[in-house]
Amino acid sequence: MGKLDGKVAFITGAARGQGRSHAIRLAQEGADIIAVDLCGQIETVAYPMSTPQDLAETARQVEALDRRIVATQADTRDLSALRAAVDAGTAELGPVDIVLANAGIAPQGGPEPDIEAMFRSVIEVNLIGVWNTVMAAVPAMIERNQGGAVVLTSSTQGLRGTGGDGSGASSGYAASKHGVVGLMRTFANWLAPHSIRVNSVHPTGVNTPMIVNDVMTSYLNDHPGVGDAMQNLLPVPMIEAVDVSNAIAYLVSDDARYVTGVTFPVDAGFTAR
Amino acid sequence: MTTVARRLQGKVAFITGAARGQGRAEAVRLAAEGADIIAIDLCRSAESTHYAGSTPADLAETVRLVEAQDRRIIATQADVRDFDAVSSAVRDGVAALGRLDIVVANAGICSAAMSWEIGIEQWQETLDTNLTGVFHTAKATVPVLLEQGTGGSVIFTSSVAGLRGLPFLGHYAASKHGVVGLAKSMANELGQHNIRVNTLHPHGVATGMTVNDMQPLIEQYADTLGPIFMGTLPDQVSQPEDIANAVAWLASDESRHVTGVQLPVDLGTLIR
Repeated sequence: MGKLDGKVAFITGAARGQGRSHAIRLAQEGADIIAVDLCGQIETVAYPMSTPQDLAETARQVEALDRRIVATQADTRDLSALRAAVDAGTAELGPVDIVLANAGIAPQGGPEPDIEAMFRSVIEVNLIGVWNTVMAAVPAMIERNQGGAVVLTSSTQGLRGTGGDGSGASSGYAASKHGVVGLMRTFANWLAPHSIRVNSVHPTGVNTPMIVNDVMTSYLNDHPGVGDAMQNLLPVPMIEAVDVSNAIAYLVSDDARYVTGVTFPVDAGFTAR
Repeated sequence: MTTVARRLQGKVAFITGAARGQGRAEAVRLAAEGADIIAIDLCRSAESTHYAGSTPADLAETVRLVEAQDRRIIATQADVRDFDAVSSAVRDGVAALGRLDIVVANAGICSAAMSWEIGIEQWQETLDTNLTGVFHTAKATVPVLLEQGTGGSVIFTSSVAGLRGLPFLGHYAASKHGVVGLAKSMANELGQHNIRVNTLHPHGVATGMTVNDMQPLIEQYADTLGPIFMGTLPDQVSQPEDIANAVAWLASDESRHVTGVQLPVDLGTLIR
């Protein structure tokens, strides 16, 4: 018996990293999963993005927990693709109770031949993609009138501008992650009368392929000041994806039934410095 | 509603204000997750409050509820304003239960008045209990955590009034903002020792701390100041167990990378 028995969770960016960890953690608590991921490369992103094999591995690990999963390749920049993924998942698993807008990119440190294209691409995935995710799932939750929980993945860069360097990527990342806080706050007010709670999580650096890759490593090596500024308070250089999943498992469960509109750092004290 | 995990097996928690309300719910919840409990409570009414304080019978009931979970509890009548009393309760509890991992500074009082009409003694009693009492709790426990050298989780119960100015509660809001400052400083100092320090921010909770003297003020200023107290979720108040759920998460290793955080459990009051 888990905290989320009988629930269905819609998770974006679920092929690997935090999204996969969330799918597994929520499945451990009893939830079935509707998973989407781009499973492909975006032109502005220099590090390797997820693959169809990654998404299949997430499906395998959820099924190994005796939970069901409907995994679809879909781009969060495409609202109609997300709607189709939710419809397909709902047809098989039942209506959505939980929404995790997790998909995101962090192209900091990569080449920027076109700074404007870089800025726009980060905003499209990390901000418009989050709006699309909520719009694809929440109208049916309102209509069903059974409440629910939404968690938007922001970042410590949604609360701070530490390390800003004027690049399209770092500006786009901080702006999009701050923008997610604005969406969270207005959605929390919009959805509270329907007993749908909306919160954001703010991880510090997480040990996933979005952060631990050659591009980011050489960027941090070339900009030692950025790395110093990114230090945590607790004696850990990075956190693990499951640490964020543990916070989300609390936020989406009835344990947190009166928690809404909250910016929730999971940051080893980064923002407390 | 809630499935209780066993995340705190072998841990020991010190909880102030544990005779009833949130403190009792926290003792029961942490015990359900496997922790032994060191509990203190004043067990009498404060001078400046307009509700009946806790009693020795209340504290005895907390003891019964913890022991019913097959956990041990050392419960002492002690005033958080008295550092020596807090310190000896901690010392005796740790001697009996073997260690200390979790500190919950929960004891608090509340009364209501326009700021300029708060009585001198009312102000002092509120600050002594809600702020200095939390300092005493930290001062009595942190050296134990440091000497033990295995990290720890320190949780201060603040309030929505610790993040926002609420009318009729100037003294209470000052004390509850104060504990946020203390927690932030401590989080910086103690991160290197893997001791985490966070604050919780409830809105109204259904406990014995009923601020009866606030109702006439809210009615008198219903049009101008009343709306500040509105939540966003449909329910009007939280139950003590809702706060205990958050305490249990902050006390557990699930939150091992969470420190220096102000966590509202507030029915969406702060988002309005």
